[in-house]
Amino acid sequence: MQEYDLVVIGGGPAGLAAAVAAKEQGIENILILEREAKLGGILNQCIHNGFGLHVFKEELTGPEYAYRFINMIEDKFIRYKTETMVIDLSKDKLITAVNKTDGIFTIQAKAVILAMGCRERPRGALNIPGARCSGIFTAGTAQKFVNIEGMMPGKSIVILGSGDIGLIMARRMTLEGAHVKAVVELMPYSAGLTRNIVQCLDDYDIPLKLNHTVTNIVGKDRLEGVYIAPVDENRNPIPNEEEYIPCDTLLLSVGLLPENELSKKATVKLSPLTGGAEVDEGRETNVDGIFACGNVLHVHDLVDHVTEESYIAGNAAARYLKGLQKQSKKIEVKAKDGARYVVPKFISPENIETDLELSFRVRDIYKDHYVSVYFDETRVAHQKKKILTPGEMQTVKVTAEMLNAHTHCNEISIQVEKE
Amino acid sequence: MDQKALVCIGCPLGCRLEVTLENSEVLRVTGQSCRKGKTYAIKECTNPTRILTTTVEVENGFLEVASIKTEKDIPKDKLFDCIKELKKVRLTAPIHIGDIVVANIADTGVNIIATTNCEALDT
Ligand SMILES: Cc1cc2nc3c(=O)[nH]c(=O)nc-3n(C[C@H](O)[C@H](O)[C@H](O)COP(=O)(O)OP(=O)(O)OC[C@H]3O[C@@H](n4cnc5c(N)ncnc54)[C@H](O)[C@@H]3O)c2cc1C
Ligand code: SF4
Repeated sequence: MQEYDLVVIGGGPAGLAAAVAAKEQGIENILILEREAKLGGILNQCIHNGFGLHVFKEELTGPEYAYRFINMIEDKFIRYKTETMVIDLSKDKLITAVNKTDGIFTIQAKAVILAMGCRERPRGALNIPGARCSGIFTAGTAQKFVNIEGMMPGKSIVILGSGDIGLIMARRMTLEGAHVKAVVELMPYSAGLTRNIVQCLDDYDIPLKLNHTVTNIVGKDRLEGVYIAPVDENRNPIPNEEEYIPCDTLLLSVGLLPENELSKKATVKLSPLTGGAEVDEGRETNVDGIFACGNVLHVHDLVDHVTEESYIAGNAAARYLKGLQKQSKKIEVKAKDGARYVVPKFISPENIETDLELSFRVRDIYKDHYVSVYFDETRVAHQKKKILTPGEMQTVKVTAEMLNAHTHCNEISIQVEKE
Repeated sequence: MDQKALVCIGCPLGCRLEVTLENSEVLRVTGQSCRKGKTYAIKECTNPTRILTTTVEVENGFLEVASIKTEKDIPKDKLFDCIKELKKVRLTAPIHIGDIVVANIADTGVNIIATTNCEALDT
């Protein structure tokens, strides 16, 4: 059995940044395990630009952003194994993995960082009736076909869901010569960034059908077309208003789910709100010495935020390994009213030396509302926001002074308020 | 006089802008909630540009296709001309990030550069 101080599971941007941070804090014995042939995670297939404005102050494409971190891993002599799939993790941090050269092997780690990313919601999670024909893919799978394998999944396309990946793929397939007939969105607003609506749909005259859904799928072996219909206030399709769109491909861009099969095996407690682990300010889970960061923790829209969060987890894992983490009272952080969830879920004031950022998402679109932070009943922060949308992760700062002034506080909460 | 509708991408508010044009000159912009909206509208109506990202085929490489981009933004109406030229391009590995793979694409004065590394299968 091999032994390591720190094992990072997943070599996407989260895993790479966490490993870099831990190494910079003096942890020498680190191993990254990645199931794909290449480090970099999902970024390798995201060839569009728009990554890195916060972290590198320039606009990079996904692969360029990934290589910045792969180079750091090489320069710091951090060890990694690719084409290596982790198949089991125990709460005592015993890892079982498999690859072609070593077969099945086990590693004992003193600390583990979970960085497995997320996967896309498949058709099964949606319950669309109709034929089980070929020609239906998730947008991310199509992205991999086109950008990595150089193959087009189809010629005439309908996209269900207006998340950023769907929007990016609408443009990508158009540039490659396909006809994208419509992007169909159940909600009255898109989950994607305005910039993507304008530059991926409007630029190419691709219609965005808000308040619509796919009601039926037609085809024998291969998809031949889909029926779409408008929905009422309860999101139910309105009968007799169906429209038929012939197409050979349907792409699904209907949300991402954190990939937490391994976390469950290690008895990591998951939040029903995020689908990821419940963590403290250092991104440590309920299991001693197991940390989580990136999309496995909660779905991020910007890779820059993934990187920043992963530095926090890497630093905290290093402190844990050096025995510097204090066991102290934890204050619970809650999302209330307009706030849907907040990360981290717990804060130990004694482990906090500088200001702390809380990440949260809102439930709905709010214009001219305030984001407030409460320590029990006392409001300590109150910030006006021109707009808050569910598609955009928000952050709010909790300072060391606030924590010092409320040491006996039982609960911190984030709220979206009218005034 | 022409009217043109735009959505500002300056921030998530996504203000709906109405632009009044005469002989492709912007006379008036309405609908913006801040100054950025007007600047955006003028740029979009007089000289809209985009960065193009796509892939080209690779020979003798570990990858089937390599990702590339225009080094700077190019006029929006040149996007498909560039794509057409790039369809004819075949690169030979090895390729490195930042390599110029096509100079002065479609007479835009802008180079196409690689955004990925690709080792050669045999060297
Ligand atoms: C399709 C798509 C488009 C995006 N577009 C943008 C954008 O335009 N701009 C932007 O800033 N952000 C974008 N994002 C967001 C950003 O890229 C992601 O938030 C970021 O890549 C997440 O990083 P991660 O390391 O958490 O996950 P990932 O990049 O998914 O990495 C997780 C890694 O873990 C590995 N793994 C999983 N399970 C195991 C296991 N059991 N054993 C071994 N390895 C395992 C996976 O192979 C993968 O390499 C996009 C995300 C997606 C999914
Ligand atoms: S005009 Fe100003 S407020 Fe409106 S979308 Fe543009 S940047 Fe945002």
